[in-house]
Amino acid sequence: MATTTMTMAKALNEGLRRALEKDKKVLLMGEDIGKLGGVFRITDGLQKDFGEDRVIDAPLAESAIVGTAVGLAIRGYRTVCEMQFDGFVFPAFDQIVSQVAKLRKRSDGAFTMGLVIRLPFQGGIGAIEHHSESPEAYFAHTGGLRVVSCSTPNDAYWMIQQAVEHDDPIIFCEPKSRYWEKGEVDLEQAPHGLFDSVVRREGTDVTVIGYGSTVKTILRAADTAATEGVSIEVIDARSLSPLDFSPMVRSVEKTGRFVTVHEAPHTASIGSEIVAELTQRCFYSLRAPGIRVSGYHIPYPPTRIEEDYRPSVDRVLDAVDRVMGFES
Amino acid sequence: MIDEELVRLLTPEGERVAHPEYQSTLSGEEIFGLYRDMVIIRRLCNESTSLQRQGQLALWAPVQGQEAAQIGAGRAMAPTDFSFPTYREHGIAWCRGIPPENMLRLFRAVSNGGWDPQKYRHSVPTIVLGNQALHAVGYAMGIQRDGAEEAAITFFGDGASSQGDTLEAFVWAASFNAPVVFFCQNNQWGISTPSSLQSKVPLYRRAEGFGFPGVRVDGNDVLAVYEVTKRALENARVGGGPTLIEAYTYRMGAHTTSDDPTRYRIDAEVEVWKHRDPVERVKALLVREYEIKSTAFDDVATEADAMALKLREDVLAMSRPDPITMFDNAYASEHPLVDEGRREMVELGISGGTH
Repeated sequence: MATTTMTMAKALNEGLRRALEKDKKVLLMGEDIGKLGGVFRITDGLQKDFGEDRVIDAPLAESAIVGTAVGLAIRGYRTVCEMQFDGFVFPAFDQIVSQVAKLRKRSDGAFTMGLVIRLPFQGGIGAIEHHSESPEAYFAHTGGLRVVSCSTPNDAYWMIQQAVEHDDPIIFCEPKSRYWEKGEVDLEQAPHGLFDSVVRREGTDVTVIGYGSTVKTILRAADTAATEGVSIEVIDARSLSPLDFSPMVRSVEKTGRFVTVHEAPHTASIGSEIVAELTQRCFYSLRAPGIRVSGYHIPYPPTRIEEDYRPSVDRVLDAVDRVMGFES
Repeated sequence: MIDEELVRLLTPEGERVAHPEYQSTLSGEEIFGLYRDMVIIRRLCNESTSLQRQGQLALWAPVQGQEAAQIGAGRAMAPTDFSFPTYREHGIAWCRGIPPENMLRLFRAVSNGGWDPQKYRHSVPTIVLGNQALHAVGYAMGIQRDGAEEAAITFFGDGASSQGDTLEAFVWAASFNAPVVFFCQNNQWGISTPSSLQSKVPLYRRAEGFGFPGVRVDGNDVLAVYEVTKRALENARVGGGPTLIEAYTYRMGAHTTSDDPTRYRIDAEVEVWKHRDPVERVKALLVREYEIKSTAFDDVATEADAMALKLREDVLAMSRPDPITMFDNAYASEHPLVDEGRREMVELGISGGTH
C-alpha cells in the first residue's frame, strides 16, 4: 500500500489533478481558482498545468458558474464547480434545484448532469458572516441531487474523483476547518464507495454519527468517554443523500443508543432524518431515543463565539450521558 | 414603435423595403416555405388552445403573433446549432423537426419534457425564466473547447430580460466571446407586466453595455428575422462572439390559457397589432411578387387542418402514464430512495410494472 501524508486541501488538489489527467472532458470552474489557486488553494497549480480552457477563472456570478456547467454537461463536459464559500451557494440555488436536479428527468435521460458542486462548508475558521454555514440539508431534500461529505484526506482524495466520474450531480461538502489537517492517503486503492457510510471506531455502548468536521470531534469525545468506561462507536455518514443506513442499523442494533452530530441546526436536518429512520428501523433495539447535537436555530453567530455554537466534545459527551441515562 | 431602429425588409402591407445592412437572400419558393411553416404553427396552436378548453390539456401557451419571429429564427439555424427554448417556442420546435404531438406532451401533463433534446438539438422547455440563457452560454463554451463551427441560440421574452440569469449570461458570453445568440422575443407583455416595466431603454441596446452587438428586428417580418438571425449565428460560428436580437413583436393571445388579458390591456392596442400580422404580410408579398395562386394557399390551409386533426388524435391517444414511470431517469444510477418508492408503489398495488 503506497501511502503518503498530506492535508485534506492537498488531497483534494491531488484528487482533482488525477481527475483532470484521466478525462479530457473534466473542467474546473470557479472564482479565483486559476492563478490564485482558490481562496483555500484547493486548485493550486492546476490552471498552470492544464490551461485556462480547463481550469476556468469565472466572473463573479455563482448562478452562472452552475448554469454554464449545465450547458457544458449537455455538451458532454464534466465540470467541477467551486463555490467559494457555503454562504455564496444561494445565488446558484435556483440553477441547482430547478435545473441541475431535474434535467435528466425532464429530458427522459438524454441529458446527463455529470457535474460536481464543491462547497467548503461548516464553520470553525473564525471568518465573518456567510463563510461558515452548513446548507447540506437544503440539497439533501431535493430529488435528483446527491450530497456527500469527506472527513479525512484519504476520503477527500478518493471521493472527489469518484464524484467527478459519477453521472449524477453531486454536492460535494468539504469541511473547511479540516482543510489543513494531515492524514494518510492511499494513492492506489479507494477505501470505500462514494455513497457508503463507515465505522470510524468500534464501540459497544452508544453509536455516534457525524460527518465532515464533526467526525473528529466525535472521535475525541470517544477517547474521553473511554476513560470514563463508556464505549462509543463512531460512524462517518459520508453520504448525506442518500444516507447509507446499513452500517448505522447494524451499529444501533448492537448499542441500542445513538446520537447524531452536525453543525447545521437540527430542525429538518440530516440528524433529523437519521433519527427518524433509525427509530423506525431499530425500534425494538432502542434503549433510548436518538438525540441530535447540532448548531442552534439562529443565524450563524459572530465567530468570536462560534465555538459555543458548533458541537463541541463536551456537548457530544453530554448527549452521550443523556442517552446512557435512559438505562432501565 | 421606434421605426428607425428596426431592421425591416417587409412592411406590414407586404411591400419590400431596403435596409442598408440586410438584404433578403430567400427565393420565392423559400419564402413560400416560411409562409407554410407559419400557417401550420398558427393552426396547430389554435387546435391546442381548443384542446385545452375541452379539458384535454392542462395548459397551453399560445404563440399567435410571434410566428414570424420563431419561424424566421428557427429556419436560420443550421442543423448542427443547438437551441435552448422556453415553453412558448413551438415554432422553433417545429423547425427543429420535433413532431407536434411531442410538443404537447408537457401540456398534456404526461411528461416534463416531450422529446429527445440531443436528437433534435433543441433543449427541453425551460419554465423558470432565464435559466436556459446560461445553459446556452455553457453549451457554447463547450463548442469553443471542441473547436467546432457551431452556435448555440437561446430564446426568452421581455419578461425574462429582467432575470439575473439572463444578465449573467450576457456577462459570460461577452467575457468568453461565446458562440451564442440571445434571441429575445419582446412580445410587449410578461403576463400582465408591460415591457415598459422591464426596461427603460429598448432591450437590444442593453447589449452594448455588456460589450456585444444588439439588433432590433421587426419580429413580425419573417424575412428580416431570418436574415438577422442567420448573420448573428454565422458570426458566432466563426468566433465573432455573441449577439442580442430583440424581435419586436406582440403576443396576440393570452400568456397562457390560464390568463385573461382583457383585465390589463386595451383592445385598441391589439387592433393596431392585428394590422401588422406576420402571416398576412408574407402572403401579400407572395401574391404580388411571385403571383402565387389562391389554390396554393388553400392547399396549405388544408394541409394545416389535416395536421391539426392528426395532432388532436395523437393527443387524445396519450394516456395516463404508468405511475411507476415517475421514478425513471430521476437518477442515472441505482438510488435506495427511488427503489423504496418503486417498491412501495408495487406493494400498494398502484402499479404492477417494474421500470
